[in-house]
Amino acid sequence: MESEKEGWTLVVKPQTKWFDLNLKDLWSYRDLIMLFVKRDFVSVYKQTILGPLWYIIQPILTAITYSIIFGSMAQLSTAGLPKLLFYLSGITMWNYFSECLNKTSNTFISNAHIFGKVYFPRLTVPLSIILSNLFTFLFQFSLFLILLLYYYFTRTDIHPNRYLFLLPLLIIIMAGIGLGVGVIISSLTTKYRDLRFLIAFGVQLLMFATPVIYPLSVVMGKKRLLILANPITSLVETFRMGFTGAGIDDFNWMYLAYSFCFMAIVLIIGVIMFNKVEKSFMDTV
Amino acid sequence: MSTVIKIENISKEYRLGEVGTGTISRDINGWWAKVRGKENPNLKIDSKGKNVLSGDIHKALDNVSFEVNEGDVLGIIGKNGAGKSTMLKILSRVTTPTKGTFKVRGRIASLLEVGTGFHPELTGRDNIFLNGAILGMRKEEIKSKFDEIVDFSGVEKFIDTPVKRYSSGMYVRLAFAVAAHLEPEILIIDEVLAVGDVAFQNKCMGKMSEVSKQGRTVLFVSHNMAAVQKLCKTGILLEDGKLKYSGETTKAIEEYFKSSFSSRSSFDIPLSATKDSLEGYAYKLQIEDTEGNPINTVPVGKKWQVRIYFKMNKRTEHFIIGIGISNTMDVNFRTTWSAPMNIDKGEYEVIFKDTNIFMSAGEYKILVGLTSFQRSVQYAENVAVLRISEIDELNDERVLRISGNGLVLNPMDVELIKSTVVK
Repeated sequence: MESEKEGWTLVVKPQTKWFDLNLKDLWSYRDLIMLFVKRDFVSVYKQTILGPLWYIIQPILTAITYSIIFGSMAQLSTAGLPKLLFYLSGITMWNYFSECLNKTSNTFISNAHIFGKVYFPRLTVPLSIILSNLFTFLFQFSLFLILLLYYYFTRTDIHPNRYLFLLPLLIIIMAGIGLGVGVIISSLTTKYRDLRFLIAFGVQLLMFATPVIYPLSVVMGKKRLLILANPITSLVETFRMGFTGAGIDDFNWMYLAYSFCFMAIVLIIGVIMFNKVEKSFMDTV
Repeated sequence: MSTVIKIENISKEYRLGEVGTGTISRDINGWWAKVRGKENPNLKIDSKGKNVLSGDIHKALDNVSFEVNEGDVLGIIGKNGAGKSTMLKILSRVTTPTKGTFKVRGRIASLLEVGTGFHPELTGRDNIFLNGAILGMRKEEIKSKFDEIVDFSGVEKFIDTPVKRYSSGMYVRLAFAVAAHLEPEILIIDEVLAVGDVAFQNKCMGKMSEVSKQGRTVLFVSHNMAAVQKLCKTGILLEDGKLKYSGETTKAIEEYFKSSFSSRSSFDIPLSATKDSLEGYAYKLQIEDTEGNPINTVPVGKKWQVRIYFKMNKRTEHFIIGIGISNTMDVNFRTTWSAPMNIDKGEYEVIFKDTNIFMSAGEYKILVGLTSFQRSVQYAENVAVLRISEIDELNDERVLRISGNGLVLNPMDVELIKSTVVK
């Protein structure tokens, strides 16, 4: 590079290339990412009595509510699983995705006061959100494991299988989609505030297009295609299938491959858009 | 000496009014106009500056170029709105220029505002790490300087208390302490000296000159000309986004004062009643140098005078005209008046000549009073502003120009006597 020949460490020009991602820069700020994670984690439950227990109380109460409304009153199928376990498996996965998406989509707006003062790679913020939500997920996942073990020893129809080792992959795809879509939205919200409202209830509605409160096996025909078009579907289904064996007949590697491709595409588009916007968003926010 | 910052033809343009269009519908509107080959009503400025109504643009920076050498302490001065902050924002990479490039050699860190990213719920300790990392330090680096930072801030006792419980002074001191221990090759500082008490300010000033003595480059933006003159070797003056002067600090500051207060050397005196109903009235005041040339800013130690034009409508006995000078804190600094006289109807000028008193830098208010037999004929407060600038023509080692030395800067006669008494 010409700039390196002259010994400059930094050259700033008004136009940047699309793929000028500066990942090296991001790597040198890895400590900052971890400190952001710590900040998010520590500050949320300061001055609460139950502290991090809230991470567990939330999904329990949600699962109980779902069991009563969707399970008992609406009599929706739970694929032969105990209601609580069925709903908790869906909620655990879904929470991670929706939290990642909701929080990353506010990156620019909620951090405008910091971004306006100091430069650091802006991508550190959404990445730290993904990571701190991962901790929340692990809390909720261990809750799910406890419930699973309880049913495993008291019942005979719970069949954990080798697909459960796909969990890390599922998490990566989940995080990737949440991050990708989140940064696309956050890049657009610097110009269009409308999207903040859309995303807030859009995520809620999307849950109903994901097999959280019903199993994929009960959806047939055109509707099934629609549900399968949702890249989160296969992730939630595979998770539930791996740990409980429910819906093993519906498993298809192609569904997972589709989710993976979806993730790759939104992630690339998202990071490029984010990179474009971060350079000048202070003038528009 | 090598160049560490090279700024080439940098411009920054902002569209006035609402930035962006804000809603999708208006963007579609603009896009539709473009499709039909018309001018986009909501067009943003593109990097080439095309297709934009010129009246809509504000050029915060207009084709600015300069270079900074290694180890320089550069002062950036200018009026409000001259583009200083925009320049700093571009240099600290918070925003990008519309045109032009800049090149940097070495790590650059900016203190546009201390305490950025402090989280109120976290303890002082956690915030030191968080803030340090935001400013670009590695964790190891912060760890090695942790004690030093805490020591500098003087909040050891409260280091494990959430910063929301801190007093505002403690908060700022901690924040500055973190920033001061950054060790970038280039440091950008914006008005941080405006915080804290005098003792802490002195500490900050000391830290800054220490930084510059270590051969690191500092860019310093301030309205405090005394601080700029004291710290900076070179200076640039921005005016309306353009580079007005680049070079020696003293010269830059001189230019700054010249351009800042261009037309304010003479002041009209407002009247409380109609002209003819008054016995007499002063109507104009002018601040001049000793040759009678109007000047708007008086360097410390330079002789100056005030000329007042007044008119008497009738003969007045035991007439006195006087002026009073007070500082911006309304401390009456000086009152002086003419000897009583009997004066005929007519137009007059009176000159008040400064005797050898060096007033410290700052703004002073002048009031004018006319009396006859101690009865007020005219009394007008806040008639004029007298500006004493930090630059001086004294070349007297004994006269310091920074604020805090009192209102009168004249040195006393100091006699040094070798003691003959042997202990």
